[in-house]
Amino acid sequence: MSDSLLEVRGLSKSFPGVRALQGVDFTVRRGEIHALMGENGAGKSTLIKVMTGVYERDAGTTRLDAKEIFPRSPREAEACGISTVYQEVNLIPHLSVAENICLGRQPTAFGKIRWGAIMQRATQALARLDLDIDPSRQLSACSIAIQQMVALARAMDVSAKLLILDEPTSSLDERECEELFKVIRKLRDEGMGIVFVTHFMDQVYAVTNRITVLRNGQLVGEYLTSELPRLELVARMIGKDAKEVAAMESQQPGMRSVRDEKPFLEVRNFGRKGSIAPLDLSIRPGEVVGLAGLLGSGRTETARIIFGVDKPDCGEMFLDGERVSISSPRAAIRRRIAFTAEDRKIDGIIPNLSIRENIVLALQASRGTWSKLSRAKQDELADKFIKALRIKTPGPEQLIKNLSGGNQQKVLLGRWLATEPRLIILDEPTRGIDVGAKAEIEKLITDLRRDGLAILFISSELEEVVRTSQRVVILRDRKKVGELAGDAISEHAIMNQIAAPTAESKAVVDV
Amino acid sequence: MFNITHISFWIVFAALLFFTRKQRILWPLLALALLLLFNDIFTPGFFNLELREGHLYGTLIDILKHGGIVMLVSLGMTLVIATGGVDLSVGAVMAVAGAVLAQAAINHQSPFVAMIFALLVSLVLGAWNGLLVAGIGIQPIVATLILMVAGRGVAQLITEGQILNFTDATLVYIANGYLLGMPFTCTLVLVLLAVTYALTRGTALGLFIESVGDNDIASRYAGVNSRFVKFIAYVFAGFCAGLAGLVAASNIKSADANHAGLYAELDAILAVVIGGTALTGGRFYLLGSIVGALLIQTLTTTMYARNVSADIAPVPKALVVIAVCLLQSDKARRYFTRLFPRRNPPAAMTETLTAAAPKVEAGS
Repeated sequence: MSDSLLEVRGLSKSFPGVRALQGVDFTVRRGEIHALMGENGAGKSTLIKVMTGVYERDAGTTRLDAKEIFPRSPREAEACGISTVYQEVNLIPHLSVAENICLGRQPTAFGKIRWGAIMQRATQALARLDLDIDPSRQLSACSIAIQQMVALARAMDVSAKLLILDEPTSSLDERECEELFKVIRKLRDEGMGIVFVTHFMDQVYAVTNRITVLRNGQLVGEYLTSELPRLELVARMIGKDAKEVAAMESQQPGMRSVRDEKPFLEVRNFGRKGSIAPLDLSIRPGEVVGLAGLLGSGRTETARIIFGVDKPDCGEMFLDGERVSISSPRAAIRRRIAFTAEDRKIDGIIPNLSIRENIVLALQASRGTWSKLSRAKQDELADKFIKALRIKTPGPEQLIKNLSGGNQQKVLLGRWLATEPRLIILDEPTRGIDVGAKAEIEKLITDLRRDGLAILFISSELEEVVRTSQRVVILRDRKKVGELAGDAISEHAIMNQIAAPTAESKAVVDV
Repeated sequence: MFNITHISFWIVFAALLFFTRKQRILWPLLALALLLLFNDIFTPGFFNLELREGHLYGTLIDILKHGGIVMLVSLGMTLVIATGGVDLSVGAVMAVAGAVLAQAAINHQSPFVAMIFALLVSLVLGAWNGLLVAGIGIQPIVATLILMVAGRGVAQLITEGQILNFTDATLVYIANGYLLGMPFTCTLVLVLLAVTYALTRGTALGLFIESVGDNDIASRYAGVNSRFVKFIAYVFAGFCAGLAGLVAASNIKSADANHAGLYAELDAILAVVIGGTALTGGRFYLLGSIVGALLIQTLTTTMYARNVSADIAPVPKALVVIAVCLLQSDKARRYFTRLFPRRNPPAAMTETLTAAAPKVEAGS
């Protein structure tokens, strides 16, 4: 292993309540582009932040060029030869390109900045990347792609051995990505080690030589890109065996019948730039539509524009055939749409209020400030949902923050059911809750569907989606890539669609 | 000093502590009890009450009377702080309200018209704050700082740089009059407390304020009109400050744009925090804020009574405030109980503390 450049061994890092990394090994060789893959929360960014000195590790070793290093700040990491380009451009927009490249390490003479030397160095750095950019130009006048290149040039200006690219392409279009790839391939050929983090599967197969997969803070494995089919990669990321998934295909529950009713919700060509490409989607009363895709594929973004949290910038929305535009959650609630958000703690619970108050909140909000629900009515609602949803609590006056995750989720469901919605959007309703509560919530979804609710169900757990949905819409890279209905729904079919390369990206692949 | 009123006062106070032993208000009440006990033992005449011409006089009455201003301001401040904000401009609003009142009175407006003018202007100032915070989304501390600084200038403009004196009997009555033997400010505080209570608990506003303060994003997702809720809180705080401004002007029978309500915002914030409402927003305690204001006024009066010079007075005041805040923090209480291991199980702690209160009679 004489060609290994970076060797991370047994790396662990914990935050209060979370073990972000557990004994992770990671090796980058000279002259390779190495993809670091995993879902959100798998530990990719923690690993990067430990390597670049943002976080201190709890245990483990990092060796660069067979020399042990222990960076305590990004500056120290840079001095060791590890440079990073982040997702958002971390440069100063109103300075020139040259100043940005040399910022913090300007050549000086007797304390005075040598502007000539700055220009010269910047020109050299840009030339090394074959970039034709005027170094005296103000950075904010450049396109995002060029700014990204400048960030890269800045990272290369120090004598970097290892370059880390953390989702550098998320704001670039296809042609700009190609520009970037050309540059990083050139750097690879010069013998540099490059770590590439991205959500875009096509790009992984376009430029990388090797893939390391993390899941839940642990190493799943290291693979040669050419030897790991896409389906396998997806399976590794979500923790399934691809063959096992394929085998499960046959056993399907027979509740796929879709009533021929007019859809309650229909959106056409509905999208928002930067969050989800325009898509069509419809949900009928008494139907569960699953929204499947990897984390970051645009599932939550779809829910947010339907619920009015974010405004769509194209397309139309119809409720009961009537064209509507929903500009805020309040407007959505008035139209009897409900939304349990993905992050319970941030977007869901009001931690220091009681279960009763949390349950009545949405109903009270729709009634307005001045017509208060009587205390008797509030108690009645709280009791009703504590019983119906089997919320485990000593009483309705318990603060919601003292409940377990599953019970909090049930309270939030109660909050929405109290408003008697016609469409309920459930974004990861079963995340982080125990198996028993999961099963209960799944059953509840089925019951609500029978009662005639329209349900949009978002989940990372494909078997849940398969079990409960009548139709499944598949998203990838913030685009709708397919739709399955009835008996065509299976984990295997969904995974195939998640992993399949798109037609246009096939043309670009040229490793 | 062992008269009936004196003993019954302590019995009532002890009962109060007992009935609130499981509530948050226990801690400011307990601090108030300790401070009063200190005065009872060491400050001669502190508890003396006199009935002259059907009016009660005495140090305790003075505390109620002079504490009125902070109590009025702190009611509005409670709601603003509960939304997760803060209103630094209340002192300046007091000055403007006083200036409007005096100018109107001098221009021969009827006293009631003058008061209505003053209160309307403070409502507008409150709405201005609400617009900056809820409408435009400026951070509360910055948004209200604008009026805190500019408000005194506005008051100077209204008074034309003079200290305006007025003599109207009705206006003088606000701070100096008596109703049913008690200072009229007490009535004013009770009425505003009742109004605030009705406004927040009789409607859903209280629930919305608490939910917005506790988790703004989640509240908006649940359909709460967070901007409206915040706006109302600032308007109401402006109104409360205006009312306090009337009392302050009436107290000295003049409008002093420079000194009216000076540092009132700090006292009010302190009263709210002592009362148990967290500066981070969420649950609010109206009665707690009233007790907090009483505690602050008792402290100030104690300093005067013990001849502590006004220059040094903030130091012991600060020490007491720190002690009260520590007393409220669960973390600090746990730390102290660990320092002094007790024989009783820790669950009995509140019991023991309230049980100590009846001993007060023996000590006096």
